[in-house]
Amino acid sequence: MRTLRFLLRKEFLQIFRDRFMLRLSIVVPIVQLLILSSAATFEVRSAKVYVVDRDHSSTSRGLIDRLGASRRFIVTDASPSMELANEAMLARKVSVIVSIPNDFERDIVRAHSAKVQLVFNAEDGATAGVTQSYAGQIVAEYARELGAAIMPLAKAAPKMEIRARGWYNPELDYRDYMVPGILVQLVTVVGTLLTAMNIVREKELGTLDQLSVTPLPQGVFIAAKLIPLWLIALFELTLGLVVARFVFHVPMLGSIPLVFGAAALYLIAALGIGLFVSTLAATQQQAMFVTFFIVMIYLLMSGLFTPVRSMPEWAQWITQVNPVKHFIEIMRAVLLKGAGFTDVLKPLGALAAFGVLVLALAVRQYGRRVG
Amino acid sequence: MNRGALRAFIVKELRHILRDRQTLTILLLMPLVQVVLFGFALRSDVRDIRLAVVDASPDYATIALRQRFTSSGRFTVVAVARTRDVIEPFFRRGEADVALVFEPGFGEHLTGTEPARLLLAVDASDPNTGTVIQSYSRAVIAAYESDLSSGRGGVQIAMETRMRFNPTLESVNLFVPGLIALVLTLVSALMTAISLSREKERGTLEVLLVSPLRPIQIIIGKVLPYLGLAFANVLTALLAAWLVFHVPFRGSVLLLLAESIVYSLVSLALGVLIAARTSSQRAAMLAAMLVTMLPSALLSGMIFPIASMPGWLSPVTNIVPARWFIVIARGIMLKGVGLPYLWRESLVLVVMALVLMAAAVRSFKPRLA
Amino acid sequence: MTTSSRSELAIDAKALTKRFGEFTAVDHITFDVGAGEVFGFLGANGAGKTTAIKILVGLLAPTEGEARVAGFDVRTERARIRRNIGYMSQRFSLYSDLTVRENIQLYGGIYGLTDTQIRDRTVVLLESLGLTSSAGDLVGSLPLGWKQKLAFSVALLHEPKIVFLDEPTGGVDPITRRQFWEQIYQAAARGTTVFVTTHYMDEAEYCDRISIMVDGKIAALGTPAELKAQFGVTSVDDVFVKLARAATVSA
Repeated sequence: MRTLRFLLRKEFLQIFRDRFMLRLSIVVPIVQLLILSSAATFEVRSAKVYVVDRDHSSTSRGLIDRLGASRRFIVTDASPSMELANEAMLARKVSVIVSIPNDFERDIVRAHSAKVQLVFNAEDGATAGVTQSYAGQIVAEYARELGAAIMPLAKAAPKMEIRARGWYNPELDYRDYMVPGILVQLVTVVGTLLTAMNIVREKELGTLDQLSVTPLPQGVFIAAKLIPLWLIALFELTLGLVVARFVFHVPMLGSIPLVFGAAALYLIAALGIGLFVSTLAATQQQAMFVTFFIVMIYLLMSGLFTPVRSMPEWAQWITQVNPVKHFIEIMRAVLLKGAGFTDVLKPLGALAAFGVLVLALAVRQYGRRVG
Repeated sequence: MNRGALRAFIVKELRHILRDRQTLTILLLMPLVQVVLFGFALRSDVRDIRLAVVDASPDYATIALRQRFTSSGRFTVVAVARTRDVIEPFFRRGEADVALVFEPGFGEHLTGTEPARLLLAVDASDPNTGTVIQSYSRAVIAAYESDLSSGRGGVQIAMETRMRFNPTLESVNLFVPGLIALVLTLVSALMTAISLSREKERGTLEVLLVSPLRPIQIIIGKVLPYLGLAFANVLTALLAAWLVFHVPFRGSVLLLLAESIVYSLVSLALGVLIAARTSSQRAAMLAAMLVTMLPSALLSGMIFPIASMPGWLSPVTNIVPARWFIVIARGIMLKGVGLPYLWRESLVLVVMALVLMAAAVRSFKPRLA
Repeated sequence: MTTSSRSELAIDAKALTKRFGEFTAVDHITFDVGAGEVFGFLGANGAGKTTAIKILVGLLAPTEGEARVAGFDVRTERARIRRNIGYMSQRFSLYSDLTVRENIQLYGGIYGLTDTQIRDRTVVLLESLGLTSSAGDLVGSLPLGWKQKLAFSVALLHEPKIVFLDEPTGGVDPITRRQFWEQIYQAAARGTTVFVTTHYMDEAEYCDRISIMVDGKIAALGTPAELKAQFGVTSVDDVFVKLARAATVSA
């Protein structure tokens, strides 16, 4: 349409003349990507351990050595006093206390079974859980060694050989896992925030009223607003992918065109939300607040920070209507696992449906302005 | 005379704030919504693990082991196949979390001379979940193994676990102290910056500077209503957290209050500085977001543990005031400790407050000259 | 009172009313404007002028009553109205981050002018305002008076039948104001109906007919001469003062 061409020209001229916002839209997401990629990790590094060994036997020392030998634990202190250990934990000097009772070795030799107590600083429940897993594996492994040492002649004992392999993230690098999600967050904030603020700015300046009085169809106006921002968001995604690939060496196993296709679909919903917000806010400040509020809820409920599968049933149902969740799923599947088009068909379909739905709702809400 | 002027000024600020209903609603809602989300929905415990089994030659052992997984309550078998090539598509589509591959003749080998082999393939794209799933899986297998060999040897070490400060591993407990920091930052830094720069832009600030009010009074007058708002906000969030989610509060309320005031002063000073240094309201808004909100959310240890961050980044977090406040708040709320344990962090905050406030006041002086 | 034949009416409002909840901004106003007239829509701030104009240009829907603009109904034929009118609002309608030429081109395109038409009319417009050398300047860099004159010219670019001007001369020096009114006369001479709201009572003298709104109602309607005679005063300003005093003061 001819009028669309004129409007698009105006939008692009305005965007590129606004040096401040332009610089901001490029610099801020990249800086955020750089910092966030390094900061956004839940990786559990070595935990400092305080040992309260009341047995002082070779068996108990064996367990302590095993713990220390693994990368996951560092024995920093030892004493026979539980009080001192608790103090150390309160003072944040250690995060794990291992307490070995004084008949540890005797119980192992006589009864083939003994107890140890582990106390974890569980302020961060997730970290504590993972640390517990590591500790549990080491203890179980040690028990197995002891069993083999004590009863070497029990050849009737069944032997299993377990090979455990982690797929898709051999280095267990948290960054590889988080970066696809961070890219989604980036694109979301840029898309939704810029849309909301851009439209509200015209509202604030009064030019919006001026356009309403012209024969300009509403659809053309909205299209002219959204198309440039859609392109800019895709551009941001490109930048982000380049940084992720060449600075962080995040694996990109799957098809990049597929990523862009999903992004293009997703952005329709994201921009639609921005359009919706613009109908609610009268000032740019309000637009910013409302956008951040809504985007925050979307991001929290998307599986970006905490796994969707850990949520209660009802919450998982809610995430089904969250386009961010589907996009993150696609990003992770395609980039980390090399998923193809057919693998992500379901979330893609959800994205398409949401894009249409959100946009339709937003346009309708926008049309209601003329009271 | 100055008292009256200051009071009138504070009243005007309060009116401003109360009139912008939309922003106010969001300010009050935001922490509440976050508390609710973290309390009800956001968890990191691993449940409902989907298991894909590859069993070319099912026998008593493989079936028994399969049943062990199902009856553990943690695993659900989503597929049983004969060949390995199902694993990849399942993982790719996100339809399984772990795959158990029995080599053919598993049961025979158990009683024979060669070990019975099985492969545990875990979708480790999320490293933490992957680790936990692996450890749960191993535990099930180990229990089966030890049952097979009971009476024939094998040592068991039972691990008694205690989770201190947060026995239920609730993520909300971890999050609420950070939330306080975020709310305080939002109101004290962001809103102050916006409000001040708006006056600057409109020209009403000059009117104030020319009035009998001294710069420090103008700052106090601007800052006091936002301080009040911040605290009202924090109190509602804390009440919600305590009443609905039983987030513990083991330490001294007064100490937390005092520390919160210090932290607010730091944020307020930052807000003032940002308003003084930027030339437009939009710039102040975005600068405040960038310099105060984002670091407080991302680099303070609120969501991402500082201990997990790479070596070069954790020293950087030391300049983020929220980082220190969160340690203090967590200490008071979850551990019930007082100043003897927290004096270092408190000192850092106090120093930051003094330095920044001095800088903030000074940034207003040149305007009079 | 001058009357115009119905078929030529540019604007025809009957019992037009707008309520916002409890508050009645526009209270059953009835008036008409003939083609080619310069009609002054006067009243103090807050009297309901801006609301009335917004109804006439299709930005607000009336609560009661009806109105026809350029022969089209304001409730049901808004799209047609928009094609036939021009509008210049209080808070400047032009984009300050676009150049003079870019603004003209934009509105020309929106109103469906061909590229040739846009090109030709741009040249004429720039010359008439003496802005040919500033065509490439950002509108934001122009002084206020020039912005207003430019905005008015752009509102006339597509040669509409009626042009609505909402407080066009706010904050501008007297000389520029006079120049602006010369522009208005030139437009009227070409047959364009000019509907202008203002709270400067002296500008009323320049109009063919005026109406004065007080508290949402039309308190006076007629030519300046008629009204001055009716109220026995020598200036429209005095007419207004008399009306304001007589009006009930609402809290």
